[in-house]
Amino acid sequence: MKIYIPGDAAARALGADDVARAVQAQAALRGIDVTVVRNGSRGMIWLEPLVEVETAAGRTAFGPCEPADVAGLFDDLAAHPKAVGPVESIPFFARQTRLTFARVGLIDPLSLDDFQAHGGLSGLRRALGMTGSDIVAEVTASGLRGRGGAGFPTGIKWKTVAEAQATQKYIVCNADEGDSGTFADRMLMEGDPFTLIEGMIIAGIGVGATRGYVYLRSEYPDAIAVMTEAVRVARAFGMLGASVLGSGQAFDMDIRTGAGAYVCGEETSLLNSLEGKRGIVRAKPPLPALQGFLGKPTVVNNVISLATIPVIFEKGAAFYKDFGLGRSRGTIPLQIAGNVQFGGLFEVGFGLSLLEIVNDIAGGTATGRPVKAVQVGGPLGAYFPPSKFQTAFGYEDFDQAGGLIGHAGITLFDDTTDMLGMARFAMEFCAIESCGKCTPCRIGAVRGVETIDRIAQGDTAAIPLLTDLCETMKDGSLCALGGFTPFPVMSALTHFPDDFSRLKEAAE
Amino acid sequence: MSHSPRVLEIIADHQALEGPLLPILHAVQAEYGHIPQDALPVIALGLNISRAEVHGVMSFYHDFREEPAGRHVLKLCRAEACQAMGANTLATQAKSRLGVDWHGTTANGAVTLEPVFCLGLCACGPAAMLDGRVIGRVTAARIDALAQECGA
Repeated sequence: MKIYIPGDAAARALGADDVARAVQAQAALRGIDVTVVRNGSRGMIWLEPLVEVETAAGRTAFGPCEPADVAGLFDDLAAHPKAVGPVESIPFFARQTRLTFARVGLIDPLSLDDFQAHGGLSGLRRALGMTGSDIVAEVTASGLRGRGGAGFPTGIKWKTVAEAQATQKYIVCNADEGDSGTFADRMLMEGDPFTLIEGMIIAGIGVGATRGYVYLRSEYPDAIAVMTEAVRVARAFGMLGASVLGSGQAFDMDIRTGAGAYVCGEETSLLNSLEGKRGIVRAKPPLPALQGFLGKPTVVNNVISLATIPVIFEKGAAFYKDFGLGRSRGTIPLQIAGNVQFGGLFEVGFGLSLLEIVNDIAGGTATGRPVKAVQVGGPLGAYFPPSKFQTAFGYEDFDQAGGLIGHAGITLFDDTTDMLGMARFAMEFCAIESCGKCTPCRIGAVRGVETIDRIAQGDTAAIPLLTDLCETMKDGSLCALGGFTPFPVMSALTHFPDDFSRLKEAAE
Repeated sequence: MSHSPRVLEIIADHQALEGPLLPILHAVQAEYGHIPQDALPVIALGLNISRAEVHGVMSFYHDFREEPAGRHVLKLCRAEACQAMGANTLATQAKSRLGVDWHGTTANGAVTLEPVFCLGLCACGPAAMLDGRVIGRVTAARIDALAQECGA
């Protein structure tokens, strides 16, 4: 008997380890030989822990499971009260286009056999037969853009590094984009770590880099453990090392742990941190592509960008490019979070409207109250009111609507939310996390908190001051932390003015 | 007691790495639960950088402690997705239950309470982490149970 119980942090946070122990105990009690696979999460967090039992007809799922539900998994499965059928038939899952996340939740994350049985390494094998410039051209042709938020074309970044002359080049995976409301990086690394490794190797072969690092945030201890073990397994297999899969081309990599600084999700700050310095932002130019880690040409890509490379090489750039909307090509793993009925990871081609995502897919709020606002793109993303929910999910569409898709986190808030409080939090967060290098961010965020406090006390004259401050931060900051903090602040102020004038009205 | 013999071993284990300082600081903290002051000059000498540079790096990052924490560390997420599920109220309740503010340690040294900005558990908030163990949909009752478990 084979049972899948997710080892993903979200499933564990909801009791998956207790369920796994109950399964072992129940199996021992009944004298049944059971194989427990700790797979990744299928992404439907409201069903976690989602247990899957392998039957003659395929895998069938049960969730959310508690230890009390375990005995029933050994009896008549059809009569189990938590039965939800095969995962592939659950509407939330069936509507998705899973390319980057195709294997997450399906396979044993640390089994290379499982990985290869589901298409793993086919992309790398194809890339090993190509020249570096053909590899870069394939990525460019796929239309892939940086999934960390900036949306810069991945192929162009790779081309710059490929054409740079240097004795050593690097591939650095940015796994430190700790944007609240986003968890795709974590789920990918915990659920299908070899995909990220495969993507980094292809990047290395493509641009002529032989060393790679994953800079992984310390808030993800489970992901650190899985990635570290995956690198060890990949090295023992010959996927990493002096001759990748016997090709004669070298690539090796290590996992590095961050230390709790949010700003290190910014690529130049990350490089400083990786070098063992304070995570201070560097002025650009020089671009990291030319002078990155230790001053050498460096590809810095986000987890999802790199983890999408294997499927592009497995199925071809044209296949990937066929999904999407306008200049936003391919699929995007939406992370639906916050006060939400059906939260989780939903991978789909670009182009859904926010309305479809919030109402049809997410099913509105968990509290059942009306949605007041949706923050898209993490803590530096704008708050969208329902009146702007027609916006289609694409880089340009969100830009035109005064927002950004960022890391594709979509956080729902119900009508009890105080938007002035959320704006204040954005400034407070920026003040805590500012690296201190540029004045608009370092001082601006502190003054921003004070100015919002004045508004909260009924001083509406401070509103133009806040607007002006946001302009300065936006135009004058060195990186996205100070430069984008005005997005949540100004969108809250613009779309929810009532929350910024309550006290004044009460006073009058 | 001097920490330096063990610190020298840690430096030797990591010295060949490109950018060894953060891995060394993590290893020292894993060993002692904090970064002892007397480790700083040893690290500085080992890496041929100034003591000020080591201090500067150490103090930049939230993770590195100058003083030991309580026997357990409870981290509560303060980020937006958890706020949408009542993290602010939960934080107030946790502070009151433990009798500490952020970064504070209970009088008996059992628990240190810390804020964290996102554990990647944004669809099952409010989220918490107790000594590396993640917990979702945390309630005041759960905080109380965790506090009892830790002896606070």
